[in-house]
Amino acid sequence: MDVSKLTITETRALLADRKINAQELINAFLSYIRKTDGDTKAFINVTEEQALMRAKKIDDAVKSGKNLGPLSGVPMGVKDNICTKDIKTTCASKMLDNFLPPYDATVVERLHDAGAITLGKLNMDEFAMGSSTENSYYFKTKNPWDGGRVPGGSSGGSAAAVASGQVVYSLGSDTGGSIRQPAAFCGVVGLKPSYGRVSRWGLVAFAPSMDQVGPITKNVRDCALVLNNIAGHDSLDTTSMDCEVPDYERALVDDIKGLRVGIPEEFFGKGTDPAVIDRVERAIGILEEQGAICEKTTLPNSKYALPVYYVIATCEASSGLARFDGVRFGCRSEAEDLVSMYKSTRAEGFGPEVKFRILLGTYLLGPENYDKYYTKALKVRTLIRDDFERAFKKYDILVSPTTPTTAFKFGERMSNPAAMRQSDLLTIPANMAGIPAITVPCGLVEGMPVGMQIMGRPFGEKTLLRAAYTYECHRGCDYMTPTTGGGLGEGV
Amino acid sequence: MASIWEAVKRSAISANLDVSEEELDIYVQRIKDIIGTMDELRGISTENTEPTVNVLSAQNIFREDTVWEGLSRDSALKNAPCVEDGQFRVPKIV
Amino acid sequence: MREYETVIGLEVHAELKTESKIFCACTTEFGGEPNTHVCPVCLGMPGALPVLNKKVVEYAIKAALALNCEIASICRFDRKNYFYPDLPKAYQISQQDFPIAAGGYLMINTPDGEKKIGINRLHMEEDAGKLVHAGDDIARADYSLVDFNRSTVPLVEIVSEPHLRSPGEARAYLDHLKAILEYTEVSDCKMQEGSLRCDANISVMPKGSKEFGVKTELKNMNSFRALQRALEYEVERQIGLLKEGKEVLHETRTWNEQKGITEVLRSKEEAEGYRFFPDPDLMPLVIDEQWVEAVKTTIPELPADKKERLMKDYDLPEYDAGVITSSKSLAKFYDSCVGLYDDPKEISNWLMGELLRLLNTNNIEIEDSPITAENLVELLKLQDEGVISGSIAKKVFEEMFETGTDPETIVEKKGLKQISDVGELGQIVNGVMEKNPQSVEDYRGGKERALKFLVGQVMKETRGKANPQLVNELFLKKL
Repeated sequence: MDVSKLTITETRALLADRKINAQELINAFLSYIRKTDGDTKAFINVTEEQALMRAKKIDDAVKSGKNLGPLSGVPMGVKDNICTKDIKTTCASKMLDNFLPPYDATVVERLHDAGAITLGKLNMDEFAMGSSTENSYYFKTKNPWDGGRVPGGSSGGSAAAVASGQVVYSLGSDTGGSIRQPAAFCGVVGLKPSYGRVSRWGLVAFAPSMDQVGPITKNVRDCALVLNNIAGHDSLDTTSMDCEVPDYERALVDDIKGLRVGIPEEFFGKGTDPAVIDRVERAIGILEEQGAICEKTTLPNSKYALPVYYVIATCEASSGLARFDGVRFGCRSEAEDLVSMYKSTRAEGFGPEVKFRILLGTYLLGPENYDKYYTKALKVRTLIRDDFERAFKKYDILVSPTTPTTAFKFGERMSNPAAMRQSDLLTIPANMAGIPAITVPCGLVEGMPVGMQIMGRPFGEKTLLRAAYTYECHRGCDYMTPTTGGGLGEGV
Repeated sequence: MASIWEAVKRSAISANLDVSEEELDIYVQRIKDIIGTMDELRGISTENTEPTVNVLSAQNIFREDTVWEGLSRDSALKNAPCVEDGQFRVPKIV
Repeated sequence: MREYETVIGLEVHAELKTESKIFCACTTEFGGEPNTHVCPVCLGMPGALPVLNKKVVEYAIKAALALNCEIASICRFDRKNYFYPDLPKAYQISQQDFPIAAGGYLMINTPDGEKKIGINRLHMEEDAGKLVHAGDDIARADYSLVDFNRSTVPLVEIVSEPHLRSPGEARAYLDHLKAILEYTEVSDCKMQEGSLRCDANISVMPKGSKEFGVKTELKNMNSFRALQRALEYEVERQIGLLKEGKEVLHETRTWNEQKGITEVLRSKEEAEGYRFFPDPDLMPLVIDEQWVEAVKTTIPELPADKKERLMKDYDLPEYDAGVITSSKSLAKFYDSCVGLYDDPKEISNWLMGELLRLLNTNNIEIEDSPITAENLVELLKLQDEGVISGSIAKKVFEEMFETGTDPETIVEKKGLKQISDVGELGQIVNGVMEKNPQSVEDYRGGKERALKFLVGQVMKETRGKANPQLVNELFLKKL
């Protein structure tokens, strides 16, 4: 049985109709992973034993006629910066090579409660710092569409595993685009929920004022289904909001008549590949055909999002990553005295990009720079938010490309940090404003997928999903896979 | 030039990052590149703008003063590189 | 003549008496095997997040109001970044730019009368873990062990203005501050258990100078006595330096209790301070009028008010009232006694005299006093009823303190009852008169003092049990 193209809905139907039991299903996925992951390298750790145990429990529950959770038996993968109890959680860092969290992240616990089965932990840029997954301590993950190209990052393993069909869906984390950018590069759906929509308890922090966990799925319906199960207040996370969680599946209505769509011109600028712009404009055309009212608009301060992001994220990270000191967990390099132990542990445990960002953040928080850069960045962040707030008075959603280009080749940008940063140019503004943003595949450029980004009001995930779903219904194919050449041709 | 190099070196000490002079040269160069884009922010007028520490407007989020069972000592120490007598052992401090 | 003036400011850390820690639900209970009161939050594990304990905020408001502070309508938490093995996240969650309260004061008594000592600020923060050094002290230890039970226990830091002008004033300030924190029941204030800690900034300057001298920061003073001794030492040291024409260095010094001196604490390798910045994991705190008012109603009578009341209601001298109200537990003990016995001054004498003396020499807190209010009152009644004499009462009191037994049982068992039987005493008096004819002569010859000697002899023979008044009367009759 080819399990690689299954969506959540299809998997659930197979299990419900007893066409297959959970253990058979999980075995099929595990053997598919064995077959493909030597090449793709999406997984840092495949948790075969635990997955089969969960599958058996579900089969037993089925036999005894128990009610099953909404994601029962559906296999998933988890980015390796999301804590899993007694299962290695490495953040793709040597620092945490042997770290066994004594607790599950709230998102993992909620998915497991809903019956989900974790197949393993997925590769990423070390501590989520990067845009290509090339910063992993372990290995590079390949883009399933083209083995010579990166899957994007930092949730590169999460996107590649879904795109290649190794898991039905996965969890990623997004601080500046780390869900949406790799999802776009790999031709899958990725959602960064509103800041505060999903609990961060158990997500190893990169920049806590921006980090969010979100789903990477094959289609919009799956995205809604996963969101249904991870969203909502968590008493362990002060920044998870205690407000109503709608049934996101009910938002999946093929109707956007009268929907007001803003098209921010800054997102279609010089830095963006004209071919990418072309695919997104065609997608916008479909939205218009479906009755949306599309209009050009402007978010003038969004051009500052990149430097603002780099100031805030590195400052927060420099403090948050200080806890890796070789005392309570993680690796330690023994030394004569304490300070030497700290220094050699951190020198050996962290990779160059992480060290660079810690250094930059420490520098920016220094007494001579604090007001000049940090306080200033916080204020410009307010201006960026204000832009969005103004725009959302007029528009229900904003639409743009997710990334300026399609996936780039390995090594191409590692020696050019400025170019690497550019790949997050269009995703970062949503993190600055804490608004939800989703990417949906909208065609190919030279055989590589392009993503359309839809941004919405804070906690307005329903509208995003409705727009994305409507687009998907009229896109011309159910979903795109690398094996079928995309389903969507170059000239959608 | 020299001043930023010195400042970054001080930052490396504060952050307990052992970096060689050669590495430091590379990091300083990268920091200079990116600081250039950050300097653009300084020209933006933000006189009457409040800083955004967190986008949420929530306030007064509390827990009640109740005790929950924490970790067992074994799980607390399980990941520690060096343990003695149920405690975390560290090399001599001074 | 002193030609220098001392300037002292105190930074006091008090642990708040909540059930659970400030940012997680672990117990704050003192003691416990190392690393058994811990969780991912207070171990600083990756992915763990802080959630603020509401009670901590209430206690902080309460303490701040009792110290006459302004409560900030909005405040927030900051990260104070530094590496140390007892600090699990390598940052302490504290309040830097926007503390919960500021601008308070408390009054102290000085030889020159009452004095107002300003309180600069009061803020909330989390405590660190505990380090045990394998060796005599940190400098000689080969390695150290860390216990995180205390990590994330709630603290308030109370920073005084530099208004204190002598070690004695500093001591008086700390005494009164401790009493206020105890009265408001926000802290246990046990210096031995570390629930009250005090650092001092101290400098000296030529008398009348407008500019403060260079200050040193003193740490590691683990008792009230240590605070006073360390400050006294430091005053002498700094004045000595200045007199020799040397400079006082701006440095952190630690009090060495054994040697009775302050020593330079090696400065940490901190290139650029703490890099405070707002903690994005925690939301701001908004405290409205209503909340403040609600907390206000929970503040009990404070030491100063209580002192006034004791002076007014019971006619106690100011000194007595001051001593009794300096500790909440002592005041409570006093209250219990007064409720059972109608001689407030007599009770005060016993508390300030015998009880405090025994507690101090045995290093026992009033809460753990083996003598209860009921037993003390019973003792006083036995004395009033003439069952025992005053000198016996003191002996019984000591016995009560040692054994925790009630006075009646002790008097009974040890046969300490006063002899008030005229017949029995008469015989003893006769015997003494026979044995001391010279004294009898002397008295009759007009030497009043001889009577005292004779009475004393009777007391000696009865081992203090004779009713002295009765013995006196009998002698007068017979002589």
